[in-house]
Amino acid sequence: MGDEAAAYGALYAGCNFFAGYPITPASEIAEVMARELPRSDGYYVQMEDEISSISAIIGAVWAGGKAMTATSGPGFSLMQENIGYAIMTETPCVLVNVQRSGPSTGQATKPAQGDVLQARWGTHGDHEIIALSPSSVQETFSLTIEAFNLSEKYRTLVILLMDGEIGHLRENITFPPLEEITLQERKTGPADAPSFGGAAVPPMSTFGQGRFVHVTGSTHKENGMRDVSTQSVHQELVTRLCGKIRDARGEIWRIEEDYMPGAKVGVLTYGATARPAKGAVLEARRQGTAVDFLRLISIWPFPEEAVRKLADRVDVILVPEMNLGQISREVERFTSKPVLPISRIGGVIHRVEEIKDEIIANG
Amino acid sequence: MKDSGRNWRIERKMNIRFSGFGGQGIILSGYIFGTAAVNDGKSALQTQSYGSESRGGGCRSDVLVSQEEIYDLGPSKFDVLVALSQSAYNSYIGSLGKGGILLVDEDLVDPGSHTPPKTHKIKATDIAFKKFGNKIMANMVMMGFVNSILGVISKESLKKAIRDNVAEETAESNLQAFDEGYRMGKEIN
Repeated sequence: MGDEAAAYGALYAGCNFFAGYPITPASEIAEVMARELPRSDGYYVQMEDEISSISAIIGAVWAGGKAMTATSGPGFSLMQENIGYAIMTETPCVLVNVQRSGPSTGQATKPAQGDVLQARWGTHGDHEIIALSPSSVQETFSLTIEAFNLSEKYRTLVILLMDGEIGHLRENITFPPLEEITLQERKTGPADAPSFGGAAVPPMSTFGQGRFVHVTGSTHKENGMRDVSTQSVHQELVTRLCGKIRDARGEIWRIEEDYMPGAKVGVLTYGATARPAKGAVLEARRQGTAVDFLRLISIWPFPEEAVRKLADRVDVILVPEMNLGQISREVERFTSKPVLPISRIGGVIHRVEEIKDEIIANG
Repeated sequence: MKDSGRNWRIERKMNIRFSGFGGQGIILSGYIFGTAAVNDGKSALQTQSYGSESRGGGCRSDVLVSQEEIYDLGPSKFDVLVALSQSAYNSYIGSLGKGGILLVDEDLVDPGSHTPPKTHKIKATDIAFKKFGNKIMANMVMMGFVNSILGVISKESLKKAIRDNVAEETAESNLQAFDEGYRMGKEIN
């Protein structure tokens, strides 16, 4: 199951603290963590709500842990405030959102991809975010490990943006040998190195390790002390926080491309939707339509270079997604060619047939 | 194919939908079928849908078995529909493809005048209660029945998957319930 793969990916990545509040379709992640963490000297805490859950993982990281929480739409909304806190305090941690059909409680147990833009802009203020979106159970496992690695490399919160379809999907998975897993170590520095400046990604301190550190969500100087009135302090801090991700976007982008000569139509997709979309592309090709396929694995930062390249190749881009057109809107920012969303909401994923028909109609 | 009872066009691929209400072991049935298919060396995929209620709500569990990569995570038509409640039958009969096979608990489901030609009935819940003392094992009786009619997954893999996924103290009676359903399927097949 995708949810279980996320939990085991976290354990392989060395996650030793999980705090969460149950919600379908993400609860199975917590179930696995509740079972496994106490066996491996880790901590599982069932919190009273989602705000406290994300607060707890941020605290655990500053105490030296590697931490994750998991939720779905309604809980994701509640966590927005502290997503910003994790970004502002440069706390490496992983938040899994197994998207379900909203708004509000919506179709409580059914899958959707309606939180794609909320993941980008849900918390207030200028910020950059890293979000990865798996298309299979196997990839959920590997991307969870990547999410931890990216969070450590850039000292920030990373979102694993799953959808309920993949979260509740059971299929074949192979666990690699532990020694084949590469983990990004947390960056630490000399005792006098500032924790909040001096480098694009400053070294991190840990509570109880022999130095005074002040951690605040308010605008702060390089040493962490609060300064909310000096314009240049805020400008430098927030510009650096955004820049450390924006400038590294080429390293963060992850895509799958499958292009062919003469394609007039391109399919751009992500998450569970990539499965029927891929099937549709292969079927359309069998029936004689040349079509390009681009899958976004990292959704944020948005892989704009790959999107421009696709747009240069084709006359029209189809974007199947389980919402009323969110990523398709982002695609439009990078091309003047027509971008046609193939939207499907209501908790039921696209079928190969319907995407194939659209490809052929536009090819 | 030699056996007319297994005369489904799908040697490469088969979609099965288990349906009923929460608490009948519908999702477990799909899970066990999918696990057994993987143990048989096939590609398998299982998805599920249920209401917010833990018991009593509508529930389905879809298993897609294939020799190849599976792209349609939510196919619109199924080769096989297993229904353990009237409301599940009413909801999902439309998803049974032309020429598909319907399997029902005949005490709980009345297919009415639109009974598909390939319909097989069994008193799964009644047998589970009377022979094994627990109607919760209806899903095991049903799985044995389904597998003896479809023959798509090896009996050994299914029994192993059952053993691995039920409480140890109930494994034997679950397996007996499975065998009973299997035997009854063979009788009519």
